[in-house]
Amino acid sequence: MSANTVQVRFADRRSAISLAVFAALVVALAAAPAWAGRDDLHLLGEIFAYVALASLWNLLAGYAGLVSVGQQAFVGLGGYMLFALAILAGLSPLLAIPAAGLIGAVAAVPVAALVFRLRGHYFAIGTWVVAEVFRLLASQASALGGGSGTSLPAATVIAIAETRAMREFVIYWIALALAVAIFALILWLLRSRYGLALTAIRDNELAAASNGVDVARVKLVVYVFTACGTAMVGALVFLQKLRISPDAAFSVNDWTAFVIFITVIGGIGRLEGPIVGTIVFFALRQALADRGALYLLMLGAVAIAVMLYAPKGIWGLIVARLDWQIFPLQRRVTLTRDKSEGEAT
Amino acid sequence: MEWTNTIVQGILTGGLYAMFAAGLSLIFGVMRLVNIAHGDFIVLAAYLALVVTETLGLDPLLSLIIVVPLMAAIGYALQRGLLNRTLGDDLLPPLLVTFGLSVIIQNGLLEIFTADSRRLQAGAIEVASWQLAPGLAIGVLPLLQFVIAVVVIGALQALFYRTAFGRAFRATSDDPSVARLMGLDNAHVFGLAMALSLAVVAIAGVLLAVRTNFDPAIGPARLIFGFEAVIIGGLGSLWGTLAGGVVLGVAQAIGAKLDPGWQLLAGHLAFLAVLAIKPEGLFPRIRG
Amino acid sequence: MPDAPLLDVRALTAFYGDFQALFGVSVTVARGAVVAVIGANGAGKSTLLKSIAGLMPARRDAIVFDGEPIGDLPAHRVVARGIALVPEGRRLFPSLSVEENLLIGGQLRRPGPWTLARVYQLFPALAERRHLASTALSGGQQQMAAIGRALMSNPRLLLCDEISLGLAPIVIRDIYGRLPSITAEGTSLIVVEQDIAQALAAASHVYCLQEGRVAFAGAAREATREAVAAAYFGT
Repeated sequence: MSANTVQVRFADRRSAISLAVFAALVVALAAAPAWAGRDDLHLLGEIFAYVALASLWNLLAGYAGLVSVGQQAFVGLGGYMLFALAILAGLSPLLAIPAAGLIGAVAAVPVAALVFRLRGHYFAIGTWVVAEVFRLLASQASALGGGSGTSLPAATVIAIAETRAMREFVIYWIALALAVAIFALILWLLRSRYGLALTAIRDNELAAASNGVDVARVKLVVYVFTACGTAMVGALVFLQKLRISPDAAFSVNDWTAFVIFITVIGGIGRLEGPIVGTIVFFALRQALADRGALYLLMLGAVAIAVMLYAPKGIWGLIVARLDWQIFPLQRRVTLTRDKSEGEAT
Repeated sequence: MEWTNTIVQGILTGGLYAMFAAGLSLIFGVMRLVNIAHGDFIVLAAYLALVVTETLGLDPLLSLIIVVPLMAAIGYALQRGLLNRTLGDDLLPPLLVTFGLSVIIQNGLLEIFTADSRRLQAGAIEVASWQLAPGLAIGVLPLLQFVIAVVVIGALQALFYRTAFGRAFRATSDDPSVARLMGLDNAHVFGLAMALSLAVVAIAGVLLAVRTNFDPAIGPARLIFGFEAVIIGGLGSLWGTLAGGVVLGVAQAIGAKLDPGWQLLAGHLAFLAVLAIKPEGLFPRIRG
Repeated sequence: MPDAPLLDVRALTAFYGDFQALFGVSVTVARGAVVAVIGANGAGKSTLLKSIAGLMPARRDAIVFDGEPIGDLPAHRVVARGIALVPEGRRLFPSLSVEENLLIGGQLRRPGPWTLARVYQLFPALAERRHLASTALSGGQQQMAAIGRALMSNPRLLLCDEISLGLAPIVIRDIYGRLPSITAEGTSLIVVEQDIAQALAAASHVYCLQEGRVAFAGAAREATREAVAAAYFGT
């Protein structure tokens, strides 16, 4: 009887190449202040924010099966915490971003305790209600401008950097770093035990539970993690805008509809999906810039069409054809026998 | 007396919320689908009524004669043409498709009608009221709406539990596969359920349009009110949904009385309280 | 043609995804006959019934009922043609009372001898419990209700999928004792059974399936113990 050694590997040669290309891209983007104009930097910053938000929503809905249409609750919470900490506590805005993330994580726990009592579609609407509650509470907070919102005071803005150009570079780099960090953390999470548990839960919750997976705990961890990241992105977004108001902070359109469409069109349940989706989304937006309502209408129609005819999104179509993965996530099992090598996935 | 007035207003408003909820819980009961665009269909019905009353010069409540069958037909076509394809074990497709529909309807209405606030004119009945006691006046219109809501829910209840039609709905909801063995075409039954749901939505939409100002963006809030009424009342029970609507209406009325800015918040908090303390709702139907 | 079979299944295949459950099964049911289909678990008996009932896709001419090819008809149209299935495991509708379960069986209002009153005559235990929830019945009563529900569509062919499943022998005998009342009204029967003795006693013809193929086909009196064992287990 020959001995078999079993190895579990993540990467293969193609993904190694793709990963290298991706790394090079990140470096090029980091150097953007040198080669990009002011408007382009803003656009890139927006893109990074949406990539991060979509990746987080993808983790929540595509991997943990928690379809939330209320993530704007944490975007707004993050934004308002940044303003609150900067204005009321005099905290440096750069420190306020991670602090906002922490507050988001803490807030997510009681929220989860409530909304996890609902299942499926009702869970989705429940998260929306929570976001509405946050919005209404923010409208009541007169210290932060109540219903019409407030601006970041000049002193706080100057504290970021001396010149306006430098400030924009700093915010840009934070946006890039945040997007990369969130992405890397999600990748790390999915490769860990939690990732395996998530895939099991996604495939068959009952079977996962009977195999010892603590389903409730895994879902809570993912929900809190997502809330933390979403809050940080929210803080960043409103730092960049320099102004916040309840309607902007908790907008369903901006922070949920767009994010969902991006993820669906790009491909749910795949790490690369949100990136592909964001690119497509912004390309569409540049093309249809001035059409307002018509643009949103088209977006809705495209999302429906994708859901019906290509439910795995654009990246799903690519994977089906080429079996690509840029980010090594799929566990490939290799069996080595004495002299020959067989591969099974 | 002022507080009594407030509570009575809340109860009457609750009838309208129960109407929002009835259509929602109906289709969830029959095919486990939650229509995220539900509130937007209510608004669509309001705009249809607007067009009908403006072009035909009809009294708003008479416009129901056209709007209800029209919305029912839209519901049937929508279900058979689009939504039937999303049904299955995965909850993402129907949720995302109806979410997309919500965006489409809102923005379509925006393109056609602009964001201007509209209202259906019902004439003298709008301001008529009965003076029950000093300080306690009940508006005729709100009372009428409440009565209509009770009648509609009663009719739905009778439909579901006393007719062959309702039997077909319940059987298909229990076991779609075996329902086929009874000669029931699932696709058709689901289509009828959605038609019924949108018929109720049509009534709710017209009642809403007469009562308050409406614009393309108010749909999602109606969805939330309907949803909250369903959860507060308890899944699976139409009369429970009425109770849930009333609780929501009263909570909002009390909140508004304390401070106008607290109206919506009070309603949400009532919902969250029920979710925290009695998540199965106040009057859940025990399934046999 | 009076001698033409009521049901003619020709070289039927069936798949669950990539898994093939039936490999060219052919079965004939004469008018007024009782046909038993026996076989081990997984032999394809239920699959055969589901295909006939229209719950599973089939070639158009693979299933010919009273001269008409019905293989590609969906289930709700097959019932309209006069074939009713009593599904494995009873599967009464839990939200409906006993009487409502029977009534919904008659949804299509096909003409025939089977009315609510007639079904209650056949199964008096159901009449006593007509307004109870169907889940409140015993196993045997549920089986009677499921049969009654199928009869309400006045089928010319009744398909019974493992009606003895989970029931005590005395109850099984009771139910089988009533089958002659059903055939007396002109209904033909296909009975899928694990209880071989009961099946052979009730039937005029027997098919034994083994791993998706017909291993034995013949008159019930030809089915000796040796022949059945050989077909059943494939020795």
